Amino acid sequence: MYLDGENRRSLTPQLAFRVALIGGVALLAFGVIFFRLWYLQVLSGDKYEAKANDNRVREIKVQAPRGEVVDRDGRVLVDNRTGLAVKVTPGKLPDDPGGRREVYKRLAGVLGSSAKRIDRSVSDQLKALPYSAATVKQDVKPNVVAYLLERQNDFPGVTVERVFLRQYPQKKIGAHLFGTVGEITKEQLTDQRYRGVGLGDRVGQSGIEYQYDRFLRGKNGASRVQVDALGSLRGELAVRRPVQGRQLRLSVDLGVQKVGQQALGGAKGAFAVMNVRNGEMVALGSTPSFDPNLFSKIIRPRDFKRLSSEELGKPLFNRASQGGYPTGSTYKLVTSVAGLEGGLITPDTVQYDGGSITVGGVRFQNAGGVVNGPVALRKALTVSSDVYYYLVGREANGSGDGLLLQRWARRLGIGRRTGIDLPSESPGFVPSPKWRNELFKKKLTDRPWSVGDNINLSVGQGDLAANPLQMAVAYSTVANGGRVLRPRLGQRIEDSGGRALQQLETPSPRRVKIKPEHRQAIMEGLRGAASAPGGTSTPVFKGFPVPVAGKTGTAEKGAGRADQSWYVALAPYPNPKYVVAVTFEAGGFGAETAAPAARRIMGELFGVKGDAKKQVQGGTAPD
Amino acid sequence: MPTTVQASPYGTSVRDFRDQPRVPAFRLDPLLLLATLALIACSLYTIATATTGDIDGSPYYFLTRQSAYFGVGLVLMLIVSRVDYSRFREWKAGIYVAMIASILLVMLAGVSARGSTRSIELGFFSFQASEIGKLLLILALSGFLVDRVRRLGDRDTTSRAVLMAVFPAMLVIAQPDLGSGLVYLAVVTACLFVAGTKWTHFAALAALAGVAIVLVLVAAPAAGVEVLKPYQMDRLTAFLDPTENPREQGYQVNQSLTAIGSGGKTGRGDLATQTKLDFLPEHHTDFVFSVVGEEFGFVGTAIVLSLFALLIWRALRILTMAKNLYGTLLAGGITAMFMFQLFVNVGMTIGIMPITGITLPLVSYGGSSVIVTLLALGLLQSIHAQARDAAFAKGRDLAL
Repeated sequence: MYLDGENRRSLTPQLAFRVALIGGVALLAFGVIFFRLWYLQVLSGDKYEAKANDNRVREIKVQAPRGEVVDRDGRVLVDNRTGLAVKVTPGKLPDDPGGRREVYKRLAGVLGSSAKRIDRSVSDQLKALPYSAATVKQDVKPNVVAYLLERQNDFPGVTVERVFLRQYPQKKIGAHLFGTVGEITKEQLTDQRYRGVGLGDRVGQSGIEYQYDRFLRGKNGASRVQVDALGSLRGELAVRRPVQGRQLRLSVDLGVQKVGQQALGGAKGAFAVMNVRNGEMVALGSTPSFDPNLFSKIIRPRDFKRLSSEELGKPLFNRASQGGYPTGSTYKLVTSVAGLEGGLITPDTVQYDGGSITVGGVRFQNAGGVVNGPVALRKALTVSSDVYYYLVGREANGSGDGLLLQRWARRLGIGRRTGIDLPSESPGFVPSPKWRNELFKKKLTDRPWSVGDNINLSVGQGDLAANPLQMAVAYSTVANGGRVLRPRLGQRIEDSGGRALQQLETPSPRRVKIKPEHRQAIMEGLRGAASAPGGTSTPVFKGFPVPVAGKTGTAEKGAGRADQSWYVALAPYPNPKYVVAVTFEAGGFGAETAAPAARRIMGELFGVKGDAKKQVQGGTAPD
Repeated sequence: MPTTVQASPYGTSVRDFRDQPRVPAFRLDPLLLLATLALIACSLYTIATATTGDIDGSPYYFLTRQSAYFGVGLVLMLIVSRVDYSRFREWKAGIYVAMIASILLVMLAGVSARGSTRSIELGFFSFQASEIGKLLLILALSGFLVDRVRRLGDRDTTSRAVLMAVFPAMLVIAQPDLGSGLVYLAVVTACLFVAGTKWTHFAALAALAGVAIVLVLVAAPAAGVEVLKPYQMDRLTAFLDPTENPREQGYQVNQSLTAIGSGGKTGRGDLATQTKLDFLPEHHTDFVFSVVGEEFGFVGTAIVLSLFALLIWRALRILTMAKNLYGTLLAGGITAMFMFQLFVNVGMTIGIMPITGITLPLVSYGGSSVIVTLLALGLLQSIHAQARDAAFAKGRDLAL
């Protein structure tokens, strides 16, 4: 027991024990704390330091401009411009949802959007890339920017940033070739093709932009910034500069492309101009066209609907590579090769063209009911004798497996994709007995395959579907003696100064055997068609300084629908360098519309002074 | 300091004249003072580096205030050290009433700071009744126990003492200031322990505490009665698994662990981003130890802990030296207060204790906490001084 009172006590054993106990507790606690600190600071220090750095360092994406696209002479086809984008910075927005909604509402009023849409888009973007500013609207007008900047207090967290927008200075010229860019889709994000591309980045979605996206898209830069616990910026740590995408040189000649689209004059149609020796595309166009600049921002649904509408001729549709039309008499080249190589005819086999033949009770007659008398291959091509080819078609149907025409169509590239460096090419279609008989079995058609189908096919009528690109390939195969070229648009990858970095490989062409004398005969026949008296397009090419070999075509598309008009030309004869294929969806006779358009294109192609502007009188020859 | 050799005033010494003990003019415990001043230096340096960016335009806001608190506190400490603490024993009833009154006053008229009403604005600084209450409780409780020293074995004594602490503890927990409430309970336990209460009483108290904890944490919420605020519950349980809820309560623990861990062996100095970029919450008050850990590394934390070890050692030594039971109990209560705050606060920052909002004595920023701590240290020095005087009176000098 303690001594009470004011006097000094001595330390009792009980107190000594209890104080020792307290000291022991303190010692134990200190020990635990020391070991814990040793573990945290000395043993795991590096781990926690990394964690601390994770906390504070954020990467903010800096958009890289895409590479430019130039034509064969270096003229700019696609480049970039800077636009002003309205963005919101998450850390500076009001914290409470109500305040944020207020800002969105005001912003929506200025930008002509809805608060809900802004909210959804912003939170989506922030989920993917926290701390980066989220884009509310691309490319706003300077007066809107001024309005926002003058009222910063009403728009906390709203910033305006310069962004790169794709620009297509040629507007409607070549739109289908160049294609469009758009924000990367969810599916694309998981695609190996788009490794390194992040949410919100814009990538090529069609045309060349899609095909060569790998080269055209740049490497986004990043700025590593320090943020505090609230996510506010506290200074920049390091910057990785964005790297612009590579420049892409196309084999396209802007002048020819322009003239080609002008020659079509806005009518529904398409054209293809190709080098028959190496497959380089000089021009490839489809009308009506559209302005791809609409896609460089986020396209409005209204615009997209308009560009896809049937009434306006589906401007987004690339008729040159995605279209499929009966080709009319231009197909006679394919039938000629098939007949000659299949041994059904020789260049000198003479048939009597009495204006019509009757097969199985059906009368097949020449266009316009013309009687050509005795004709061999050359004259048959020159005057476009249908009866001559009807006979070949009839014979092909009866000999061997009856698929001679179909086989050669495929060999020459009809009914299959040409392999051009553009996405979503259509293979077209070559009718065959198997196809129609199967349809008949399913009761989807009223009759099985008959010889009449083959007769129709021999002159490019009926169910055949091909596009100008395929016809250009077929004609160039004959012109170059059997090489089925793969059309190429992309020529090389360059740095921004135009120095070549990488030549784009042209895959070696498939070969088909066409005897030189057969080629010779066909070429002469085609030459006659554009130059000999009675040739279907002779009047069109009167006075044209470059010798042209070409074939008109007019395909019937059924009751009430205007004829598909075609012209395919090779020049200069006899060793052509270029093939020009033109088609109009509603052009009447090939000589009337398609051939004059082809002449205008050729005029530009060969630099014939003044010819491009000259009003070429269309021929009236039926074919 | 005058060191003139004097004869014993009582003149009965049998010792050789030259060996006469000298009246110690400097009667403070120098090592305790050293620990105090060193911890104050650590506090000022840490707060200076940690808070420069906290308030735009006034980088020294917290530093100047903390310096002023230390200045006032040190003066008060020196004054208290010269007062005979035994007088407080006589005023124990008044002290206890004043303590309860001040807590109630705060509850009625105090200003609300971050959802908890703990302080009254007193112009210069806001006065936290629960802080000064710790010291007042020790003074009153020790006095009560000294009166009852011959009836320590009675259940009545123990339960009255416990009730004396539990009542204000409940009041401050309701403010809500859970941390101070727990300190009151630690203080009463320590005073009873030092006074010599029977082990059976402690066992009974422990059982009662266990039942209370179960009631508060499990039974009451199940019955829909909110004894602790939900955030207090979260804090108390978050340390058990900080990764479970990294956004809410676990956030603080995680950021604190990251701060301390990233300090490594020697600290990150100016690169202490956890502190400077505000990832570490309350970095100048409750989590100041994490700042020490991040900025000065293991070296820094070891130094601060060593200073605390020194302080506690000296406090325990003063406890054993005290000239009377009242001094012993006072020293016991004060030591318990320091130990409890130190271990709970540091334990919280290193993830082994719940978050209770207890400050680190002397180091954390805050006027009430600093001044109360220094007053407590002044009391310890007073006990030391009185002990030395008494010993001198008996002709014995106490070794340092």
